[in-house]
Parts: sequence; C-alpha cells; structure tokens
Amino acid sequence: MQHYLIIIISAAFINNFVLSRFLGLCPFIGVSKRLDSALGMGMAVIFVLTLASIITYIINQYLLLPYNLEFLRTVSFILVIATLVQFVEMVIQKTSPPLYDALGIYLPLITTNCAVLGAAFLNINEKFNLLESAVNGFGAGVGFTIALIFMASIREKLEVAKIPENFKGAPITFIIAGILSLIFLCFKGIIAE
Amino acid sequence: MNKLDEFTKGIIKENPIFVIMLGLCPTLAVSTKAIYGIGMGAAVIFVLTGSNVIISLIKNFIPDKVRIPSYIVVIATFVTTVDYFMKAYTPELHKALGIFIPLIVVNCIILGRAEAFASKNSVIDSFLDGVGMGVGFTLALTLIATIREILGAGTITLKLLNYGWVFEIKNFNPMIIMILPPGAFITIGLLLGFFNSLKTKKE
Repeated sequence: MQHYLIIIISAAFINNFVLSRFLGLCPFIGVSKRLDSALGMGMAVIFVLTLASIITYIINQYLLLPYNLEFLRTVSFILVIATLVQFVEMVIQKTSPPLYDALGIYLPLITTNCAVLGAAFLNINEKFNLLESAVNGFGAGVGFTIALIFMASIREKLEVAKIPENFKGAPITFIIAGILSLIFLCFKGIIAE
Repeated sequence: MNKLDEFTKGIIKENPIFVIMLGLCPTLAVSTKAIYGIGMGAAVIFVLTGSNVIISLIKNFIPDKVRIPSYIVVIATFVTTVDYFMKAYTPELHKALGIFIPLIVVNCIILGRAEAFASKNSVIDSFLDGVGMGVGFTLALTLIATIREILGAGTITLKLLNYGWVFEIKNFNPMIIMILPPGAFITIGLLLGFFNSLKTKKE
C-alpha cells in the first residue's frame, strides 16, 4: 500500500508532470484562464490518463513484446490513445449527459496532450506493472490538475493586476509557472531516495 | 521570391515557438545544453519536412473524415525512424532527450503544419515550409538552451560524439536554478516579453 502511495505522491508532487517534467504545457497555458474550465479539464485528464496507462500497458506487454514489435510502440500508442479518447467521449455522451456537458469540449483536446503519451512511455521506462502503471497515471493526472488549478486561481486574480503591457498574456503566465515550479522543487525532499 | 517567403516565414514572422507558441513541451524540457537544442531541432526538421512532403503527396487520396488519423500515422512513422536512428548513432543524445523523441508525435507544430499547410499546398511549397518551420524551431530552441546553459552552468556545449567544443566562461558563478525546471519557465517568459516589446517599439 505504502509503495503505491509513494508512486502517487512522486507523480503528483515531486515530479509534477507540468512543472518539473514539462508535459502537457499546451493545455496548461491554454485552459488556465478560468477556474471552472481548469477543473473540467483536470478531471478529464485524470480519467483519460488512468485509462490510457492501463491500456497501453496491456498492449505493450501482451501484443508488442511477445511478437518483437517494439518499433511499432509510438504508432500504436498514439492511435490507441486517439481511439480511446473518442470512445470515452461517445460512452459519456450516451450514459451521462451532465458529465458530458462538463467534460465534453475538453476530451478531444486530450489526444494531443503529451502528458498522456508521456505517461505511457514513462511507465515502460520505469518498468511498472499493471497496477503501478494505473496508479502512476492517476497520480500524474492529479498532479496536472493541481498545477492547472493553482495557475487558474492566480490568473483570475491577475486579470485586475497591473502588468506591463508587453508581459500580458503568455509571458507573465510562464514567469508565474516558473515561480510555481520553484515551489514544487521543495517537494524533492519528501521521500528519501 | 515567393518560394523564398515560404522558407523564411517560419524563422521570424511565424516562428513556431515565439510567435505561434506551438511545441512548448520539448522546448522547455530539453533546453539545458546548447547541443540538446540542436539535436532536438534536427530531429524535428527531419520529421516536419518528411511528413509535410508525404502528406502533400497523398492529400488527394485521403478521405476527409480520416485525415487526422492518417496524418498521425505518417508522422509516427518518421518519428520512429528518427528514434531508432538516434539510438544507433548518437546514444548519448538519445538518452538525454529521453521520452521527448517519441513525443515529437504529439508536438503540435507537426500536426499543425500538416493540417494548415501541407494538406492544401504543393509538394515543393510544403517542403520549404517544413524546412523553414523546422529551422525556426531549432533556432529558438538553441537560443533558449544557450541562455540557460550560460547562466546555469557557465558553459556552452557544442560537442557530440567527441566532435566539437565545450566553451567555459571563466570567473563566473553559475546559477544552478537556470538549468532546473523553474529556469526554463522564467527564461521563456522573459524572452516572450522581450520579443513583444521589440514588436511594440517597431509599431
């Protein structure tokens, strides 16, 4: 149990996907203008990341490795993720319209979110098993959501702040991300290596 | 003149990183040494040019509905080629760039150019567009990497497989923070602000 807790804390805080691994920056900059959309995007990412981690693990372990097809990893993973996102979108639309209204517009954006594909590759590099992969994917999603919520809350306040004209928009967002990243560096000491 | 424009627009006017702001993840992640910037840039130039040419060649045969998945397969093929090539010939660079080589697949610049340019233009124009955008990406990436390396480590590394040089700056106390993740965000934020101010001055 403790082992899985460490994986989650490590993925969410110590090696935060956005602020220290630089994965998923496009939605981080793009969807962090308002808190409620940040929350929706975060939930969608947690959901897809966990599911994609499980499915890419199964494909890698039972399809690619036994038949020596590792060179197809990039192609198969991206296609599976794209299909998965489309499938999840259809299922949610049919089964739970309120959830679809909340997550709907964010789902297609996730296909090109490098956090999802990045987590799949990281799971393989770290030699995680099925449960560890799923837990790592979930932790990564939580980390992404936390970073996104922090950023959105700060940016809502920023609307009324006095910022030099040339730094409005993206430049100031990056500088704030830098400061947030500095804060997240402090988590490095939580777990003894 | 027109052909030259296709090539040069990617370098300054429509620079993928500083103007369109696409492909930021690898930009920030691998920009800790100048040579990593050049290596990543070379990989992107290859993938971008190759996929632009192929997509422009087959654009008339792809049904509109399945065009995005088809583009992704073409791009993924080029990415896999680069991945295995680097693993075989420049293992050191391959290790440093890590998962960001396979992640070129989801780099928005490449799919963006395929959708916005190669699917509508001739093969030659697409080729020039791919090279120009790739060079623009490489220049921006190398600029960020060089700044971070100078401030963070006090060196400029232009060395791969025992070829090239490593410059060292004497009597300089490096700020380690610049080669850690926060340095990347702060560098690109300040650079974007700087380019904005150049633009406002010009107007």
